[in-house]
Amino acid sequence: MSSLTANTPARRPFIKSRALRRFLSHKLALIGLIMVLTLTAACFIGPFLLPYDELHIDLMARFAPPGTGGHIFGTDPLGRDIAARLFHAGQISMAVGFAVMIIATTIGSVVGVVSGYYGGKVAAVLMRIVDAFLSFPSVFLLLALAAFIQPGPVMIALIISATSWMEVARIVEAEVKSLRNQDFVQAAHMLGLSNRWIMFRELLPNAIGPIIVAATLTVARAILLEAYISFLGYGIQPPLPSWGNMLNGAQQYLQSAPWLAIIPGLAITIAVTGFNFIGDGLRDAFDSRAQGE
Amino acid sequence: MLRYILSRLGQSLILLLIVSFIGFAVLTLAPGGPLSQFALSPGMTQEQIDKIAAQMGLDRPVVVQYFDWMSNLVVGDWGTSYRDGQSVLHVIGSHLFATLLLMGTATVISVSLGSTIGIFSALKRGSAFDYATTVFAMVALSIPTFWFGLIAIYFFSLNLGWLPAGNMYTVGDGSVLDYASHLIMPAAVLALVDVAIWSRYMRTSTLNVINQDFVRTAKSKGLPRRRVVLKHIVGNSLVPMITLAGLQLPMVLGGALVTETVFTWPGMGRLFLDSLGYSDYPVVMGLLMASAILVLVGNLAADLIVALIDPRIRLD
Repeated sequence: MSSLTANTPARRPFIKSRALRRFLSHKLALIGLIMVLTLTAACFIGPFLLPYDELHIDLMARFAPPGTGGHIFGTDPLGRDIAARLFHAGQISMAVGFAVMIIATTIGSVVGVVSGYYGGKVAAVLMRIVDAFLSFPSVFLLLALAAFIQPGPVMIALIISATSWMEVARIVEAEVKSLRNQDFVQAAHMLGLSNRWIMFRELLPNAIGPIIVAATLTVARAILLEAYISFLGYGIQPPLPSWGNMLNGAQQYLQSAPWLAIIPGLAITIAVTGFNFIGDGLRDAFDSRAQGE
Repeated sequence: MLRYILSRLGQSLILLLIVSFIGFAVLTLAPGGPLSQFALSPGMTQEQIDKIAAQMGLDRPVVVQYFDWMSNLVVGDWGTSYRDGQSVLHVIGSHLFATLLLMGTATVISVSLGSTIGIFSALKRGSAFDYATTVFAMVALSIPTFWFGLIAIYFFSLNLGWLPAGNMYTVGDGSVLDYASHLIMPAAVLALVDVAIWSRYMRTSTLNVINQDFVRTAKSKGLPRRRVVLKHIVGNSLVPMITLAGLQLPMVLGGALVTETVFTWPGMGRLFLDSLGYSDYPVVMGLLMASAILVLVGNLAADLIVALIDPRIRLD
């Protein structure tokens, strides 16, 4: 390498590789990554390998136990193949999870960086709103919203985002507040850079580690919340399957067809555990203080 | 002290105002709105709907409606249920006990179990026990409460027949033992997530305390290990947990809602779902407010208790 590249602040690629190295040496994080990748692959490739599609109704094969008649996970009360529905539902649940991650992280970052940068009254008002949203049990607020709004996957993603952005806002606000008076920000002011440039090009990239961790945990939380409200009947509406609404009618068949309840719940648990493991690994990878490096 | 209490009280009231406005705006501005239930009845004309709206004051600007509703709320008039015409405060009051009983029991379970696990994993940091509880905690955090409830019912009620699958008591019985047998499963299910959270926080908190000077002093004075652990370490690491208990309230309440549904527990969560099903706006709004009040009072109480017992916190 030339001396030029050695002298330019090669800070980011270096930290990135160190963080990646830490992440890969984190056993739980790797297990989480494998869980999530396996589940994703199953959900997107699985449907092509199955003999039935998720809407095929076969009333002669109602409540077929797992493993019978080519139904690896059995059938539901309408004789639909649970494996096909599970994989299709997985695509929807995970899509909702990622959509929420993007929307909630964006809202949270903007609120956090604005209140952290300006401080004073702006911060007081914005952070009180954050506190107010945190005082609602989010499931209550979500249900109230979902019950009165036409629920489709997009709408569900939006309202889950509306109750999931506060964590990121708090993290970013704290981070930006501590960076606000540092030399590089003073220098940016001196150069006459606009407030917007300083906030989004100078300050926000410095908080990227905690933001990525929070974003990963948001996916886990969103999948869980979608399952909660769909289970209660206010989320994704049938015939579109989601992991939550597959559990919706399962309680009444608990005695005769327990697989209706067990299988989708396991899928949710595996997905959420996977994302939580990854988030934990990322936290350790980005947190240089914990490692003493 | 009085000044501290008053200022915290003032902050909580302001927060409650913001919370109520958000809740009110969300429900009023949602498409459909409070009149959607009337619009569904056959033979209803737009003219009649407008009439009902005018009668109920729903044609006024949102801000005016909010102030009207708020000023009634303050004097204890929370409106009447659309469903059966009872006062909202009465309806909520009659479901409060069941929810508080469930949440209280779950909190006792999660605090005692979670703290014990947390202290042991901190004292034996890096051991197999510590590692196992870390993994357990993260998996427990990832299990949907309602699904765990279904699995518990499948095993303990349907297969083993040890415990009843739902409700708060058997009609015609209602003894303490009867209540307890109905309570134990939903409370344990609700506690699961919190056991995980408590054990993690308690572990961190204990590790912080272990490295402090007064612990070293106590050890070098020659105090027996049991006494150092029980009195100096546990006592001090429990203080931040009181604040945590307050912050956890919204989650416990949200979890209670789902748990109550699975176990047909007659509390506020089920009332909320039933009211949503009937588009019973006044009750839904009242429950949102009641839950926010519960959360804010819980946080306030936690802060005051911490301020009382921890001399390191300066009140001025």
